[in-house]
Amino acid sequence: MDRILADLGVRIIVCCGSGGVGKTTTAAAIALRAAERHGRRTVVLTIDPARRLAQSLGLTELDNTPRQVKGIEADESGGELHAMMLDMKRTFDEVVLAHTDPARATEIFANPFYQAMSSTFAGTQEYMAMEKLGQLHARGEWDLIVVDTPPSRSALDFLDAPARLSRFLDGRMLRLLLAPARAGGRSMFSLVTASFGMFSRVVQKVLGAQLLTDLSGFVAALDSMFGGFRQRAEQTYRILQARETAFLLVAAPEPDAIREAAYFAGRLGEERMPLAGLVLNRVHRTAVEGLSAERSRAAADELERAGGHDATADALRVHAALAEQAVRERRVAAAFTDAYPAVPMVEVAAQPADVHDVDGLRTVGDALSQP
Amino acid sequence: MTGKGGTGKTTVAAALALGLAAGGHRTLLVEVEGRQGIAELFGLGPLPYEERRVAGTADGGEVRALAVDPELALLEYLDMFYKLGAAGRALRKFGAIDFATTIAPGLRDVLLTGKVKEATTRTADRRRVYHAVVLDAPPTGRIGRFLNVTAETARLAKVGPIKTQSENVAALLRSPMTSVHVVTLLEEMPVQETVDAIGELNGLGIPIGKVVVNAGRPPLLTGTKVSQAELRRGLAAAGLPTDRATVSGLYAEAKAHLTRRELEESLRVELAELGQPMVELPLLPSGVDRAALDTLAAELLGTR
Ligand SMILES: Nc1ncnc2c1ncn2[C@@H]1O[C@H](COP(=O)(O)OP(=O)(O)OP(=O)(O)O)[C@@H](O)[C@H]1O
Ligand SMILES: Nc1ncnc2c1ncn2[C@@H]1O[C@H](COP(=O)(O)OP(=O)(O)OP(=O)(O)O)[C@@H](O)[C@H]1O
Ligand SMILES: [Mg+2]
Ligand SMILES: [Mg+2]
Repeated sequence: MDRILADLGVRIIVCCGSGGVGKTTTAAAIALRAAERHGRRTVVLTIDPARRLAQSLGLTELDNTPRQVKGIEADESGGELHAMMLDMKRTFDEVVLAHTDPARATEIFANPFYQAMSSTFAGTQEYMAMEKLGQLHARGEWDLIVVDTPPSRSALDFLDAPARLSRFLDGRMLRLLLAPARAGGRSMFSLVTASFGMFSRVVQKVLGAQLLTDLSGFVAALDSMFGGFRQRAEQTYRILQARETAFLLVAAPEPDAIREAAYFAGRLGEERMPLAGLVLNRVHRTAVEGLSAERSRAAADELERAGGHDATADALRVHAALAEQAVRERRVAAAFTDAYPAVPMVEVAAQPADVHDVDGLRTVGDALSQP
Repeated sequence: MTGKGGTGKTTVAAALALGLAAGGHRTLLVEVEGRQGIAELFGLGPLPYEERRVAGTADGGEVRALAVDPELALLEYLDMFYKLGAAGRALRKFGAIDFATTIAPGLRDVLLTGKVKEATTRTADRRRVYHAVVLDAPPTGRIGRFLNVTAETARLAKVGPIKTQSENVAALLRSPMTSVHVVTLLEEMPVQETVDAIGELNGLGIPIGKVVVNAGRPPLLTGTKVSQAELRRGLAAAGLPTDRATVSGLYAEAKAHLTRRELEESLRVELAELGQPMVELPLLPSGVDRAALDTLAAELLGTR
């Protein structure tokens, strides 16, 4: 990790992976290390961080903009750490404001479809994370941007959701709904008009006329922004393909997470996006390599029979379970390393307790930087 | 069945459906997120939008499974009320249904929960078709919105059959026929989400069932604190090496294990303070097969 952080050509690091593997923790640990050890002016964009982690980073003000993290040890290096937590709805609002006049924006904000979509549409969070990355990048105030990605089952969602959203915003149904408006109430294609008529009749029957009014209002308002939307998403996508970007794949040594990581590595290759390495997080290793699980358990049984050394017997059982888990995890992780032997890998040990303060992040940062 | 992603919702839901089928009953296991998690669990190909037998019990009970497709549920619904026929299919072909259910997630949710309600209350020969319906629901982060159907549709549909439908679903979800169980692990984030979700559901007046603590490991330590001196003596008694690296290594492992256990214990206390009945399910090291599901079912229902 230190090699990547010391490379001033790397200006964006994206932490991806399936749900719960440690993306947010890794992103925060990397950003902290970049500021403290490498003197970089760093910003970390976190998404849904655990509450206590957010508090330790001073992320209490929800204004959707980075704040400097105080109390880190960066005096010597001269680095800075700024952190923010993504506010999906606000970011969507900002996009709307950037593409339309205030009066129109107010109208859009009041539309119930906009409200539903900006807060619940599957993929909005991914889209808005990309949008925010684009914004931070455009501001040019930081020499390193570390990006966390939204909690989703599949790591691929981060790459796919924005395209899905813009396809949707640009899709056939929307054009269909817009057709009558564009052609001054009469579409050139009678098929379209007929279908639209049927569609609107059904919607009216089922949901009521108000809903249709709201819907066409929403669609018409969005129409003026399509181009801008798509263009921005495409720009950010290109940034992700640039040499200044490094993807870090985070996985836990569990079958589902490793499978996802392998899919994702394949996809990055197809998209020509640079994969810098795999972080194998929450790994269990024994501190006594020479003592096998079998031998340890047999000794525990024997001590228990003989009596007098219960505490040692317990410790030997803990060791046996740990040794077995380590073997299991190695086997699981091999599915990735066998498929992608050229991808550098670093292991982060499972800490006994959750990581939610700056000290904990430093420990993770140290682990990430083992040679 | 809800819970943070990956905590075991699908596994526990399936175990519950099996457990409730014991005694010769028929139960329905439903999933709504298009993930085919049930098919994967039972080692089957993708399930169609159709109630299919996926497992039986020794005493003649059976579990059927249904993967609800929101588009098809909407068509079915429209057909029931409007006899749309070919027109409905045309709508689908044009992407209208996908559009409607995508742009208004509240609409999709009311269709999904509506289907669950229909199955729950369905009768044949004046008897309920299903003894119990178990829903593998969306995760804790979305469960409140998902089950609070009236609020979501009220924003979009002020009148009409969707509104009526959502009111009926809401009434069932708030009745004693419903019970929302929350699956968690003894880890900080899942526990936090469990606490938040229970608070939210309480606020909505939706009945909460059990807190299911999944994948717990049996205690390994009898509780006596070990010292390095005792380790050295014990290792010698067992004829194992007593060098410093071994002793301090084992000591560090035991200490980390204890820290982890203490953390788990404090999370357990936090869960107990919620005042809901709690049930703990063991981590099954060899993975989840049918025998494992039966074990989990027995633990869940206290019939072991
Ligand atoms: N190496 C580690 N040792 C112990 N606990 C860890 C470790 N890494 C992460 N955790 C803990 O695991 C939990 C999940 O981590 P984190 O929030 O970083 O995951 P995530 O991938 O961002 O999850 P999500 O997909 O929900 O966003 C947190 O409580 C965190 O403190
Ligand atoms: N008690 C258990 N013992 C061992 N493995 C378990 C146990 N419960 C669940 N698992 C395993 O954990 C993984 C996640 O379980 P499951 O798919 O049921 O979770 P989920 O909450 O439905 O996940 P998702 O949010 O992705 O739908 C699966 O691989 C499952 O086999
Ligand atoms: Mg996260
Ligand atoms: Mg599931």
